[in-house]
Amino acid sequence: MSLRILRPGLLTTVQDQGRHGYQRVGLCPGGAMDPVSLALANALVGNAPDEAALEITVIGPELAFEREALVAVCGAEFDSAFPHNRPVLAPKGTRFNLGRAKRGARAYLAVAGGFAVEPVLGRRSTYLPGRFGGFEGRALKHGDVLPLRDKRAARRFSTLKNTRDGTVRWSAPPLTLPDREPILVHVIEGQHFASFDSGSQRAFFDTVWSVAPDSNRMGFRLSGPPLGRPQADEILSGPTCLGSVQVPPSGVPIALMADHQTTGGYPRIAEIASADVARLAQLAPGGKVHFARCSLEIAGELRRDARERLESALRGIAWEYQRK
Amino acid sequence: MPLGDSAAYVEFSTTLDLEVNSVVQRLALAILKLKVPWVRDVVPALGGVALHVDLDNAELPGNPLEAALAIVNDSMKAALAAKEDAGREVELPVCYEPEFALDLPEVAKKAGLAPAEVVHRHAAAEYRVLMMGFAPGHAYMGGLDAKLTVPRRASPRAIVPAGSVAIANEQTVVYPYAISGGWNVIGRTPMVLFDANRARPSLLWPGDRVRFRVITRDKFAELAAKT
Repeated sequence: MSLRILRPGLLTTVQDQGRHGYQRVGLCPGGAMDPVSLALANALVGNAPDEAALEITVIGPELAFEREALVAVCGAEFDSAFPHNRPVLAPKGTRFNLGRAKRGARAYLAVAGGFAVEPVLGRRSTYLPGRFGGFEGRALKHGDVLPLRDKRAARRFSTLKNTRDGTVRWSAPPLTLPDREPILVHVIEGQHFASFDSGSQRAFFDTVWSVAPDSNRMGFRLSGPPLGRPQADEILSGPTCLGSVQVPPSGVPIALMADHQTTGGYPRIAEIASADVARLAQLAPGGKVHFARCSLEIAGELRRDARERLESALRGIAWEYQRK
Repeated sequence: MPLGDSAAYVEFSTTLDLEVNSVVQRLALAILKLKVPWVRDVVPALGGVALHVDLDNAELPGNPLEAALAIVNDSMKAALAAKEDAGREVELPVCYEPEFALDLPEVAKKAGLAPAEVVHRHAAAEYRVLMMGFAPGHAYMGGLDAKLTVPRRASPRAIVPAGSVAIANEQTVVYPYAISGGWNVIGRTPMVLFDANRARPSLLWPGDRVRFRVITRDKFAELAAKT
């Protein structure tokens, strides 16, 4: 009565939209690296936007459905034939291997009704460094069996218009995938921007940075020229946020991602505009990015545009769910 | 100042100042009490306070960062009027025996004190949680005896055991998990600093006043068996 993991893939975890309110005791919100694609996947199967789904990273898992389920895969495109960006009624016994990511790095697999894993501190996200949340606080592995909460996949599917062969003839738009690389990511100058030498300030914006192989859910290390400060004084530790770009003494910038530290002692050269974090999260190691300076006003506009695109897509999906 | 487009950071001091931090702690509590629906996190840091904003909240004002700054300003009066030491008192049992005090000989040498004197001075002081971070439940505490001011280790340890009590510069910390770290380990507590399944997941919270109580290795074993 559940989803069986035959092969786990590179890193498959249960994630929702994250736990908020604990940053003052050092716990970051965590949650999906690409919350936009998670919201789309949830909408496609009729879930609330913050329901927990599987976050699948670069190499997909092989899965078997031990009962009928309504499934949607959004975010990165993987090379399997399993339809992306649309609701799919997977009959009992359905088995598929998602393969490798062709475009983007992270896909979200949502099932109607969500996974029956216990919330921890109110949420179902897996926080890997603290080994809690999600499925036993860890990445999925061979033989894991995730119970599904909902038994009415077929009924939910039957409320969709225009269905054929267990799916639909339309698809939701991918909103966070790169059309080409390097992707352009907007940043706001960080608290310590002015303390970097002018060459480093220029290099930060002129360089096509490459996501280093040792990047993870905590942070993306960016390969490029080392950045430096003329007075390499220690700064007083202060708060960080999702998208802070820290520069440790090595000069290698680190963009803080979902499982970031909540405070830090390294100078912050920039913060990534919140509208662009999900797009950065879709870069696999080796992916290319360059940064453009923006004002708070522009960041606000980018955010409103991104939300409008998401809400428009969600409205389209909701319309398809109204009874014929 | 902005901390990206989803948070604001108000910094009162660029150096460590316990008086300033005491105001920061009271300010953070005053802001939390307001229960502003679009403020997700209020994070007291060493020299200032950060407000993280929920950009998708229906009640979000048109200029969230300005509104966040206004909240900080409005709360300042309440913070300054508040009684000092808003935090609770917490006592942590610590065993300073050699098997746990990995860097005690080194610290004693650098400080020019006998190891027993280092332990005595560390356990005699009252500390306050100035900021949390690095890991969940990881508290940076001020109030360290000036004689115990030593720099961080030249090379960080790949794994510092969970519960390790360590010092560096003018602060003391307790490692909540087995993680890498460069602070000088001088003891270990059997207590679990962070447990997501507890109603109050963290043992220490910003502003708490903390004392370390010296325990024997037998007592350590006894308490460790209970946790």
